[in-house]
Amino acid sequence: MPYPVRIDHITVETEDKNLKTFRFVFLNPEDEEKFSYRAGQFAELSVTGKGEIPIGIASSPSEKGFVMFTVNKVGLVSSYLHAMKEGDIMGVRGPLGNWYPWEKMEGKNVVIIGGGFAFTTLRSSIIYMLDPENRPKFKDIHVIYGARTPGMLLYWDELIEWEKRDDINMHITVDGTDDPNWKYNTGFVPTITEQKAPPGGDDTFALVCGPPIMIKFTQPVLDKLDYSHDRIIMSLENRMKCGIGMCGRCNIGKEFVCKDGPVFTLEELNKTPREY
Amino acid sequence: MKIVQIDKDKWETGLQKLAETYRLFGPVPENDFHNFKELDRKQLPDLSCLNTRLSPKSVIYPQTEVMFEYSLDENQEDHHILKEVDKKYAPQAIIGIRPCDAKALALVKLNFDTPEYQDPYWLKAYEATTLVGLACESPCNSCFCTSAGCGPYHEEELDLLMIDSGDQYWAKVITDKGETFLAAAGWTHTLDEKKALKEIEAKKQAAESKISSTVITDKLRETETNALYNAPFWEEVSFSCINCGTCTYVCPTCWCFDIQDENYGSSGCRMRNWDSCMYPLFTAHGSGHNPRNTKLHRVRQRFMHKLKYYVDKYDTGIQCVGCGRCVRLCPVNIDIRRVCELMNSYAAAADACEV
Repeated sequence: MPYPVRIDHITVETEDKNLKTFRFVFLNPEDEEKFSYRAGQFAELSVTGKGEIPIGIASSPSEKGFVMFTVNKVGLVSSYLHAMKEGDIMGVRGPLGNWYPWEKMEGKNVVIIGGGFAFTTLRSSIIYMLDPENRPKFKDIHVIYGARTPGMLLYWDELIEWEKRDDINMHITVDGTDDPNWKYNTGFVPTITEQKAPPGGDDTFALVCGPPIMIKFTQPVLDKLDYSHDRIIMSLENRMKCGIGMCGRCNIGKEFVCKDGPVFTLEELNKTPREY
Repeated sequence: MKIVQIDKDKWETGLQKLAETYRLFGPVPENDFHNFKELDRKQLPDLSCLNTRLSPKSVIYPQTEVMFEYSLDENQEDHHILKEVDKKYAPQAIIGIRPCDAKALALVKLNFDTPEYQDPYWLKAYEATTLVGLACESPCNSCFCTSAGCGPYHEEELDLLMIDSGDQYWAKVITDKGETFLAAAGWTHTLDEKKALKEIEAKKQAAESKISSTVITDKLRETETNALYNAPFWEEVSFSCINCGTCTYVCPTCWCFDIQDENYGSSGCRMRNWDSCMYPLFTAHGSGHNPRNTKLHRVRQRFMHKLKYYVDKYDTGIQCVGCGRCVRLCPVNIDIRRVCELMNSYAAAADACEV
C-alpha cells in the first residue's frame, strides 16, 4: 500500500529535459518514519490511475523531511509523472530491496563509478558518506562519474560542491564537449577509471552503476586494477511490478532483483544467467 | 485417524446444509470439459470428471482481483489516495479437488507467504478455504504425480480426503477444518479405522500402479544453473512454441501476476491479473530493452523456473505436481516430462564429462 505524498519540488536535471528530480513530502508525517531506508534501496512511485514504477531512491537517509527520486521519461507512468505539477498528490511504496553493503565497507576506500542517469542511488550514497556523522567511517572516497555531455550530468550543483571538498576525490567526465571552458575530464568512464581509480585489494570497494556498455568495458579495467569480484558491487534494474519477490518477472536465475537485489556483488552475478 | 462414511444418498442433503455456512466450489461441466465453479443452490459437483480443464487455483487466487480503489476527482478530499477495498473472506470449500491441485497450493504458498512479506489476499482466501479432496482411482495417462512429489491419494494441504467406495464416500479426516466441515454437513458415521485404512491402502496402491508416466529429477539440484541455462537443447525445445501461454494459464503452480490501474471516469481501481512468462511484455523495460526478448528465453525461463530455480531456492523439489495439464493442452506438444529428462540427463552427462 503506497504512502500518500505531495510533489514538493520538481527540478529538470538534464539539457534534453528527459530527466527530472521529484522531491516528495509525506502527507502523513508518521509515514516518513515508516519509510526508513538505506542508500541503495528503491521504491515504487505510484501515479494514481496510471500505475507504479520502480525507481532508486536518490535522497539520502541523512536528509530529513522529504524523499527524492530522479526519473527518466520512457513509458506510460514516467511520461505522465513528467507532466505532473508541484502540489499534485501521488504515492510512494517502499523502501524495497537491499542496499549497498555499508557495514562491510566501513573502514574501507569506496570508489563510486557511475554513468549517465544511473547515478541516483550513488548520489544517495555520496550524501550519506559525506554526512559528518558517517564520513569518519570510510577511508578515501573516489567518484568517477560521466555522461555524454556536460548538460547530461545529474546534480550539477552538487558535483561542483563536491569538487571543492578535500574529503572526496571527484573525477567528472564527459564523452565529448565543444565547450572550450570545460575544465574536467573528457573520455569514457572506463578510460577515466583506468587513469584515476586507486588499485583494488582488500581495502577497496567499487560501486558500479551505469548502462550495460559502460559496465561491460569497466569490468576488465577493474580486473586489471586487481579488484576482486566480491568487492565489485553493482545495482541492477529489471521490469518490476510487486517489488516484493512475488509477481515473478524480475528474476535472474533464482534471485529476484527486487527482493534479493537490486544490489549484487559481481561474484554473485557470475553465478546467475544475468538476464538483465 | 478418523474415517467418516458418507452415504451417497445423503450427499445432496449434506451439501445443502453446508451451503448455509460455506461457499461451495466444485467441478461442473462447461462445454466439453469441466471446470471448478461456485455451485448454485442445489447444484451438485460432478465428481465423475477426471481432471478439470483449469486448475481450481482461481478460487483462492482469482484471475483478476481488485486491491485498491481511488478517486481522481480533485473535489474529493482524498483524491489520488489509494484505499483498501473491503473484502469478505467467508468460509468456502473446494469439493472434489484432486490431490495434485491441493499439493500445488503448498508450492505456491512458498511464494506468497515469505518471512519478509505476506500476500494478504492469497493468504486470507487460503485460510478461509476447506479443501475436500477426491482421491484419483483411474488417473489420466499424462499424469506423472507419483514422481513429482505427489500422488493419487496424496494428502498434503487437504483437510479431507474422500475415497469413492461404490455407494459411499469414505472421508479421511486430515485436519480440524475437515472435521468442522463434516460436522456442518451432518456426516457423522465413523468407520472402523483399522479395517478402512487397510482397504484404503490397497486402493491407493492400485491407483498408484496405474501411473506409468514419470519424471526423474535427482540431478537437477546439483547441476550448475549456468550449465543448464546454456545447454544446447533449448533451441530445439522452444522451436515449436507459439508463446500462447496456455501452459501457464492451466498450471496449478504458476502464480505470476501483473498490476494495472483501471479508470472509470473520475474513479478507478488498482488490480492484479494473472500474467505469464511466455509474453514478451512480461519483462520488457521502459527503455525498450528486454532481457528475455526471444521465445527461447521465455520457454527456458518457464522450465528453468519450475525445474531448477525453484528447486534451488526452496529445496523442496520441483515446482510441478504432475497434473499433466500443460502436456495435454499444449497446442504444439511441448512436454515438460521430456524437458525434465533433457535437463536431468544433461546434468548426468555433464558429470560424466568431468570424470
